[in-house]
Amino acid sequence: MPKKLYNEPSPLETRILSKRFGLDNSESLATYIANDGFKAFRKAREMKPEAIIEEVKTSALRGRGGAGFPTGLKWSFVPRSSPKPKYIVINADESEPGTCKDRLLMEYDPHQMIEGILIAGLALDAHKGYLYIRGEYRYLIDHMDRAIAEAYGQGYLGKNILGTGFDFDLYTHSGAGAYECGEETALLDSLEGKRGIPRMKPPFPAVAGAWASPTLLNNVETFSAIPAIIRDGGAAFAALGTPKNGGTRLLCVSGHVNKPGVYEVPLGYPMLKFIEEIAGGIPGGRKLKAVIPGGSSCPILKADECDIPMDYDSLAKIGSMLGSGGMVVMDETTDMVKVALRIMRFYAHESCGWCIPCREGTTWLRKILQRFDDGGGRHEDVALLGELSKNMLGRTFCALGDAAAMPTISIVDKFAADFEKRLAQQMVAV
Amino acid sequence: MNFSPQLEEKFAKMLTAYPEGRKRSAVVPMLIYAQDEVGAVTPELIDEVARRCEVPPLQVDEVVGYYSMLHRKPMGKYHVQVCTNISCLLVGGMELYEHACKKLGIGHKEVTADGQISLEEVECMGACSWAPAVEINYDFHHHVTPEKLDQLIDGLRKAQ
Amino acid sequence: MAETVNLTINGQAIQAEKGALLIEVARQNGIEIPAFCYYEGLTLQAACRMCLVEVEKTPKLQVGCTLPVADGMVVHTESDTVRSARKGTLEFLLTNHPLDCPVCDKGGECELQDMVFRYGAGESRFTERKVHVDEQQWSPVVYFDAPRCILCYRCVRVCNEGMGVGALGVSNRGVISEIVPNRHDYLECDECGACIDICPVGALTSGSYRYQTRPWEMTHVGTICTHCGDGCRTTLGVRDDKIMRGNNRDHSGINGEFLCVKGRYAFDFVEHPERLQSPMLRVGDTFEPISWAKAFETIAETFTAVKARGGKFGIIGSNHTTNEENFFLQKFARQGLGTKNIDHHRTGDLGTFFDALSGKVDALATAGDLYTTKAVLVVGADLAQQHPFLSYQARANFRHHAAHIYAVTAGPVREDHQAVASVRVAAGGELGGVESLRDKLKAEGDLVIVFGDGIQGEGVRKLVAFGDSLGIPVKYVCLVDYSNSRGAFDMGLIPRDGGMSVQQMLGAKDLDVLWVVGANPLKNATLASPNAFVVVQDLFMTETARTADIVLPAASAYEKNGTVTNVCGEVQKLKQAVKVMGTKTDLEIMGSIAKEMKLNLGIWLPDKVFGEIRKTVQGYDVPLPVVDTGGAAPTMPLNGRVPALPGAIQSAGDTLFTSGSMSRYSKILNAVIESPGGLYRR
Ligand SMILES: Cc1cc2nc3c(=O)[nH]c(=O)nc-3n(C[C@H](O)[C@H](O)[C@H](O)COP(=O)(O)O)c2cc1C
Ligand code: SF4
Ligand code: FES
Repeated sequence: MPKKLYNEPSPLETRILSKRFGLDNSESLATYIANDGFKAFRKAREMKPEAIIEEVKTSALRGRGGAGFPTGLKWSFVPRSSPKPKYIVINADESEPGTCKDRLLMEYDPHQMIEGILIAGLALDAHKGYLYIRGEYRYLIDHMDRAIAEAYGQGYLGKNILGTGFDFDLYTHSGAGAYECGEETALLDSLEGKRGIPRMKPPFPAVAGAWASPTLLNNVETFSAIPAIIRDGGAAFAALGTPKNGGTRLLCVSGHVNKPGVYEVPLGYPMLKFIEEIAGGIPGGRKLKAVIPGGSSCPILKADECDIPMDYDSLAKIGSMLGSGGMVVMDETTDMVKVALRIMRFYAHESCGWCIPCREGTTWLRKILQRFDDGGGRHEDVALLGELSKNMLGRTFCALGDAAAMPTISIVDKFAADFEKRLAQQMVAV
Repeated sequence: MNFSPQLEEKFAKMLTAYPEGRKRSAVVPMLIYAQDEVGAVTPELIDEVARRCEVPPLQVDEVVGYYSMLHRKPMGKYHVQVCTNISCLLVGGMELYEHACKKLGIGHKEVTADGQISLEEVECMGACSWAPAVEINYDFHHHVTPEKLDQLIDGLRKAQ
Repeated sequence: MAETVNLTINGQAIQAEKGALLIEVARQNGIEIPAFCYYEGLTLQAACRMCLVEVEKTPKLQVGCTLPVADGMVVHTESDTVRSARKGTLEFLLTNHPLDCPVCDKGGECELQDMVFRYGAGESRFTERKVHVDEQQWSPVVYFDAPRCILCYRCVRVCNEGMGVGALGVSNRGVISEIVPNRHDYLECDECGACIDICPVGALTSGSYRYQTRPWEMTHVGTICTHCGDGCRTTLGVRDDKIMRGNNRDHSGINGEFLCVKGRYAFDFVEHPERLQSPMLRVGDTFEPISWAKAFETIAETFTAVKARGGKFGIIGSNHTTNEENFFLQKFARQGLGTKNIDHHRTGDLGTFFDALSGKVDALATAGDLYTTKAVLVVGADLAQQHPFLSYQARANFRHHAAHIYAVTAGPVREDHQAVASVRVAAGGELGGVESLRDKLKAEGDLVIVFGDGIQGEGVRKLVAFGDSLGIPVKYVCLVDYSNSRGAFDMGLIPRDGGMSVQQMLGAKDLDVLWVVGANPLKNATLASPNAFVVVQDLFMTETARTADIVLPAASAYEKNGTVTNVCGEVQKLKQAVKVMGTKTDLEIMGSIAKEMKLNLGIWLPDKVFGEIRKTVQGYDVPLPVVDTGGAAPTMPLNGRVPALPGAIQSAGDTLFTSGSMSRYSKILNAVIESPGGLYRR
């Protein structure tokens, strides 16, 4: 049975990671193997570990979890020889508002990710992996448990995989509702049975991660890209994208578009073309007002800033980020006060509370925005929102504080008019 | 405290998944699976998980307070979670949530008088491209309209 | 030698050890980087973000409390950017902190108040509603006011890391994060109050001190705790001749910031309504108050008469009176009354111990040694219960220096959590247990052996022989209970040369006089001599006092000057904090009796007597300036054979929440024992 897709694919996509999406029993090992599955693993086991890492570096793959750190480089940080066992941790916490792609990669093609994990295991001489899935995705945990059991059953996990003498065990691990547990070190604390509080860095997880052992932590999509890279070569993957921004990625488009969905495109794909042609444009012929390019943590773009290629560096150049690929499109009817409020409600709710600027800052901002939205706004609030956000920026313990500050700074800066309009309406009402 | 045989089996396996001496790692998953069976994280459950994972109960208690899916009071048999985060908000998530409040006559994290249905306004749950989204217990529902929500809720009522 | 680096802080050229934390390096050079969560000796948190500083060539502000210094670093700690960041953080902090400073216990010594004063975030732009949560009482001594809490996690760490108890945690997340006690709504712990002491604001307050006074209305008197032998310094806050609180605010003394529940709270026996405040004379079955003059006269007459007819005296001294008092008492006995029958309640076999160490130098461990030695072996003792400070020292040594801890005990002890090896033995089997550790111990750099009162006589000798045979430097602590057990022994409150022991005195049928100074030997015993004239000096009408002919109201350790010697043999000074009407110090009482008897025993001023002690008591020629300035001077009472003594070694049997008769009269300790958390044992 072909699995019903959550959204129709677009002919404009470049389907590398998602190429099996929609195939009959796409989640089964048989379908996977029949469609290039485990070719890369077979190839990788003939390669020297350094060569695998080199191939990943060549691919110019950058982390798909949010920060966009070069994956090959990250792999090379894990010490080759270690008296302690090494671990691989897969970040399937997918909680960044606007993001819903890891879900599909696991649902439609779990073995692709498993193969990517195994290749990382070969490259790093690691033999255990933990798949940290957010608690809300219980059906996916069950789904992954089945896929893992299938892989064990057919010798793709466990002892002496495919007769290579390589052992690898993979376990699922459930979260229980906490955005902060997507932050890699908070995730590790959560994996260790603690509150998800981020850790001090250094030491970085590559040196002392899970249970104080060297740990490689990557996002689901990052691991899912590995088989294609090894199979077809890093250079081929790199060539799909722009320099230093290799390959394709799954973009999740939501908000005011006719065809919201998850689509795979090469890095550097033009944003406006993406919105218009792949996502079907804005309903009712309305005008574009703003775009959050990569999840709610990214500074917002005004319509006139959207004529850019979507890759890490181009977005960084205009002061935003490609983030986790959660693209939120807003049309001219959107009230930015409401947007800012909802975003801040999220961060205030999800702040772990460890450090003062984030814990108190997000809550204060939320209160101001709530009062503003409730009709109690004051002129000085607009400047205050910006200033308080800046008092958080760069001063918090982890990146969540920045993630809360940056969109707010950009909203009050770029859409001050929306706030003024509210104030004017208030005057009339009085 | 004893759990169902299936859960006992799950827990037995779970405790072997982590490195030697790291039973504490099972705290979060154990709590959430046990909560599903017990209905809430009771003080007895905290002590039990602490015993099984070999940590002081206080350290389990700290964890319980941290994670938003863990609750100390029972929610309804059906827990209706409506996302109002940004992607859902833009396409009617907030109205959907308000509709649910009215329909059920309860608010955030409240339970209907018969104890059957509870409601929660939740943060993004990874369904943004198919918004607005609702999760009932662990089942996702996409592109939910007020009418569709009515049907879902009526369905739950019938299922009782 | 560690590598040194050169750096610049605020234009000042500084040399420091490579990798040292910037906040420490700055402090050592007189530059204060403000911080709430950073606390020396506790794990790093980097949570409060007050310590952010500017480091040239790094774009973001850097966290001073976790930043290791590096060569060539150029740091600014007071630049405009830094100051405004601090102000911003304080402004955030004040959004949820109530401004109830005028009624807050911490007002006047609050770190947040000081910081706001310095960085001027006094005017807040915050106009929203603050979170309100009701105050909670977690134990008789610990109250928690959540809104005042700034989440610096010091309390959690000091309880976990410092005390090894871990009774405090953090629950919830984000802005509603809250410190929580281990039993949900109450604490089950040592009740040491370290959490209260370490709290930079008024979130944790003390059950005994709250709403009583303001810090600036008190005078602060540093003296030595009177409850156990560890000799912690406690600073008593005194107002109008009343002790308001105990803490160790300046962290002076051997115990640094440590205090247990007794040192911090159990000063309240001083003002117990049953304190004796007048001399009493037995009349039939009751007592009648008499004047001091009459009391002295009666006692002197009887003593003189008994002495003149060659009658039998029995004298029982105290393990919590001062060295001066003990010295004077034995002099009184031996020179003034001509008797050898003098003893005290002995709680450790110091006699055999000193004898076994004869000829050695440097064999007595100080409390400080427990923190610096590479390994600590605890034999037959539950340190956390009976020697909370020594237990703390070993734990701190483990934490800070990764010291190896070994425990050979009958039951589980707190040291097990740190121990590389814990051996369980039946009482009496300790030496076998120790022997099983031989190979491990031989490999240690140096070792302190701490042993309990179950090791006596031959056992002590064997243990010392064992230590000596390891071939590494070994020092010892022979555990004794009570605040001046060690001093009582050293001053000679022991039945040398054929004198009678406590047990012999009580059992004798022909005592003419029994003079008990600050002890309660008849708590669980009876006096066999029917006609003995019994004089008792004490604070309360104890079991012993009730049998007396004359009872004299004595001053407690908090009401006098003098010196005491702790379990490790360190001499420290007591300083009078208050005066209780009607009482006299034991020294003054004894001096007055001597005067009344026309005995020439010298001047009985504490300083003068201490001078005599320094001259005549072996090992007590300690440097005066050390003692006078509040330091602890180790004594060396070795190399003098003390033959086997008659009489028993009896454990005090005290726990963390009890200490002899004084703790019985501490309301706060009784409240702790009766509270649900009072069951805590490990
Ligand atoms: C507050 C916060 C939340 C995050 N949430 C996620 C998440 O849900 N999923 C994810 O893969 N990465 C998340 N990240 C990024 C991770 O910390 C980490 O950079 C990433 O998982 C590394 O994998 P990658 O290099 O493959 O992207 C989050 C980061 C922060 C600061
Ligand atoms: S910025 Fe601070 S409070 Fe916020 S999530 Fe990170 S550590 Fe926690
Ligand atoms: S915003 Fe609602 S599921 Fe993501």
